[in-house]
Amino acid sequence: MKYVQEFRDPQKAQGLLQEITALGEQLTQSRPGPIKIMEVCGGHTHSIFKYGLESLLPKTVELVHGPGCPVCIMPKGRLDDAIALARHPEVILTTFGDVMRVPGSKQSLLQAKAEGADIRMVYSPLDALAIAQKNPDREVVFFAIGFETTAPSTALTVLQAESQGIQNFSLFCNHVLVVPALEALLSNPDLQLDGFIGPGHVSMVIGARPYQVIAERYRKPVTVSGFEPLDILQSLWMVLRQLAEGRCEVENQYTRLVQENGNTVALAAMAKVFTVREQFEWRGLGDIPASGFKMHPNYAHFDAEAKFTLPHRQVADHKACACGEILQGVKKPWECKVFGTGCTPEHPIGACMVSSEGACAAYYKYGRPQTVAEPVASRGK
Amino acid sequence: MCLGIPGQILEISDAVQKLAIVDIGGVRRPVNIACIVGEDEPVESCVGDWVLVHVGFAMNRIDPQEAQLTLELLEEMAAVHEEMAAT
Repeated sequence: MKYVQEFRDPQKAQGLLQEITALGEQLTQSRPGPIKIMEVCGGHTHSIFKYGLESLLPKTVELVHGPGCPVCIMPKGRLDDAIALARHPEVILTTFGDVMRVPGSKQSLLQAKAEGADIRMVYSPLDALAIAQKNPDREVVFFAIGFETTAPSTALTVLQAESQGIQNFSLFCNHVLVVPALEALLSNPDLQLDGFIGPGHVSMVIGARPYQVIAERYRKPVTVSGFEPLDILQSLWMVLRQLAEGRCEVENQYTRLVQENGNTVALAAMAKVFTVREQFEWRGLGDIPASGFKMHPNYAHFDAEAKFTLPHRQVADHKACACGEILQGVKKPWECKVFGTGCTPEHPIGACMVSSEGACAAYYKYGRPQTVAEPVASRGK
Repeated sequence: MCLGIPGQILEISDAVQKLAIVDIGGVRRPVNIACIVGEDEPVESCVGDWVLVHVGFAMNRIDPQEAQLTLELLEEMAAVHEEMAAT
């Protein structure tokens, strides 16, 4: 497929790896630990494991997996709300497939479906709208999740529902925003990060500019990256080069898709249909100010939270589950007590094991815990 | 969740709703192209373009020149290292 195979060329990767190794050596000469770069997006985490990129990196450079998987950060209380919605006899609840197995406080959507709730998996919010058109006597709710990549498609679907006069369609809106989450992470003193590999497809929508605050206020370099192996290696090299040159800027590696100002149509649709919540609860990160979207008051007739009464409970995570620390990059998946034993992709306890983009699922599937970076000082150069 | 798949726009199936048929890895799928066609632009102008498709929507055009430039830079870097290794 065009622009896919070309970015998987092993020969080109060799050149990048040598540059990364040289920069890693240079940067760790006067400090105790490895350079820690967080890849924010779950899509990057998945690619890093799929192509074994971690095992190619020198021990002076460590990738930290961030909270950028929308399934993983969905709190239990919101899942309970979705299940409560699905239990209304007139409701057909629709959502993406990877949400179905995420555990709520008592059960997942899949278990609720097995008990008779009408829950249907869709590939696009437009499929949910089509279900609404075919079932005029039912209320079709789309359980909308995702970062700014997914939010425009949901917003455009609402605008289409409006233009077609469809009344029996609404959103249970759980869209989240990436930059406030990064700011929340950076305020955690336990997490020592040197820079970020920024999410490519979120940035295709919002542009590269919104990360300026990370570079300027928090003094961390950011490189917006594509998802192929060479994209990720090149982005890592670009962040290291910034560190070596003492720069903190936002750079864009994914120029074939990401423009400085993002996608104006997508941004306009989001601005029309959504408004920013005062705060939104993230699994493992707690309440983060201005980090999620809710329906704009002008679109209250498409808002499932306005149409239905929901429990709105905050539910603590399972005691043994370390999803919170893993999402913050403070712990690695194998440091969780239940990783691979009590918690597996077939029987997940925490959300990081459910989604294929979650760090635990990636380690479980492709994992190489032996590649964990040792402290530079103990390596005996 | 936030991944997309490259596809090539084959034809416009509904100009009013801005729907197109896109070849995604050999499979023809209906895709909404509202995000990549400006109000003043004829909808047909994007036929043949490569786009990134995410949950049934084309989110952006893929710029072939930018992709080529990136690949050339990587090529150059690999060549320099090969030369250095040979000397």
